[in-house]
Amino acid sequence: MTQTLTPAREPGSAPGAGERRKEGGPRDSAPAVVLENLGKRFGAGPAVLENVSATVAQGEFVALLGASGCGKSTLLNIIAGLDVPTSGALEVPSDGAAFMFQDSSLFPWLSAAGNVELALKLRGVGRAERTVRARELLELVNLGHAADKRPHELSGGMRQRVALARSLAQDRAVLLMDEPFAALDAITRELLHNELERVWRETGRTIIFVTHNVREAVRLGQRVLLLSSRPGTVVAEWDVSDEHRTNAGAAGELTAGITARLREEIRRHA
Amino acid sequence: MPETPTATLPAGGSAEDLRTLEAGLDSLQSEPARRRRLDLSRILLPLAALLVLVLAWQFYVTLGLRRRDQVPGPLDVLGSLGLLWQEGTAQEAIWTSLQRGVVGFAISIAVATPIGLLLSQVRVLRRAFGPLVSGLQVLPSVAWVPAAIIWFGLSDATVYFVMFMGAIPSIINGLISGVDQIPPQYRRVGRILGASRWEMALHVVLPAALPGYVGGLKQGWAFSWRSLMAAEIIAMGGTLGFGLGSLLEQGRQLADMGVVMSAILVILFVGIAVELLVFAPVEKRLLRGRGLLAGSTR
Repeated sequence: MTQTLTPAREPGSAPGAGERRKEGGPRDSAPAVVLENLGKRFGAGPAVLENVSATVAQGEFVALLGASGCGKSTLLNIIAGLDVPTSGALEVPSDGAAFMFQDSSLFPWLSAAGNVELALKLRGVGRAERTVRARELLELVNLGHAADKRPHELSGGMRQRVALARSLAQDRAVLLMDEPFAALDAITRELLHNELERVWRETGRTIIFVTHNVREAVRLGQRVLLLSSRPGTVVAEWDVSDEHRTNAGAAGELTAGITARLREEIRRHA
Repeated sequence: MPETPTATLPAGGSAEDLRTLEAGLDSLQSEPARRRRLDLSRILLPLAALLVLVLAWQFYVTLGLRRRDQVPGPLDVLGSLGLLWQEGTAQEAIWTSLQRGVVGFAISIAVATPIGLLLSQVRVLRRAFGPLVSGLQVLPSVAWVPAAIIWFGLSDATVYFVMFMGAIPSIINGLISGVDQIPPQYRRVGRILGASRWEMALHVVLPAALPGYVGGLKQGWAFSWRSLMAAEIIAMGGTLGFGLGSLLEQGRQLADMGVVMSAILVILFVGIAVELLVFAPVEKRLLRGRGLLAGSTR
């Protein structure tokens, strides 16, 4: 088991050139997202984020875990370029990031295919190619049969899959997900975990997945980052090895460990 | 690459299994499409309501509380309407008014839509002109008739001017409130998807504001129809064509209650017909397409 309960990485060391981590795979390549001592406060209020430092490698799946009020959504907004940090620096792909929200945020006046096609259109994809590509993406999330349905005719899980197809249509290297499965029932969520993992493996996207569900974080992430609350900063980090993925016992143990740490973090605010 | 994980996945998690599982869940969770059928109550209930009103009218007339030439019964009115129809006066009046109404309304839409979009998107303009536009909507457009007669004389220009003053502010307001009611998340998604300012307006703001816009158009039509009638009643003669309002005023001058009632009923009927044949289907389609019709009493 590789539970490396480390404090937030030393600033400056993360993006370093020849940095190598012990595990092989996609993390050997250049980082996709680098956050350095990121801080954010709104107006004169208290700091929402403070000294957030993290590096996400290309093709990596990182789960960002935290209780309420840890500024997870603010952090994603900053990475997506929807918001600017008040201090610190960040390195993100210049073309921005794809984003998936807790509610599907599909446009109700467009069909499932229409929603995906709009994302392609705004990227400058030609009409004929749009139709084909949207079809393919919907097939990828097993929704080829629902292409002509409007969002209100779809179940919550189907809507989230359309939203996933739409965010893939953006064709960005980085995909940010803000508690995308939080509002779904347990069966559907489980299914979408499998779905997302399959899509991630097939498309090689870098995914930053925000959640407050420890099991979900362990289930999906290659790495789990724990954010403290008020102000949000990375306080601990775990690697999820292949053993955790195949061995339910090991996964349970890790989940219990992370949960304990999370509770400790929450108790500080009592 | 690790094998497909089994830690949280039920036994046998191949891609095919996932696909069938998902398909099963999809069909369990989405409602089967219901076929729409013609609902007779939609036709019969309004007709019944109409019948009740006509009967009440007839009953009041049979009581004989008022002179018959002051309060004619349904049959008397039907008689004078038939007479107007035979003369061709009714058709001429309907045609003239409807033509004016449609032309005036179309021009109002063409003028009001860009102004509304501009006001809803540019803060400075909105703050500067917003109160004025709202105020114009409160001002009865009939108030413009005397001014219009002085400026334009007894010509079609007078009638159109009064219609514009009624319809344009109300269409602008409808569009602005439609834009105001767009959930902020839509714009956020638009930005995430990389929409430019123009693309945002075209692909996000306009479609999202469409229900409010159509509501504004509907009200705009009502205002222009009302303004038209008022203008036609007050401004008669000159180069003005003979419309429904003119018919109404003529009936009053001749003290012919049958003509007056006929004109009122025709004006009402045209209003109802436009609502039922034009706006209701458009609005309904719009709402149904967005899943907003379920549970409404429409």
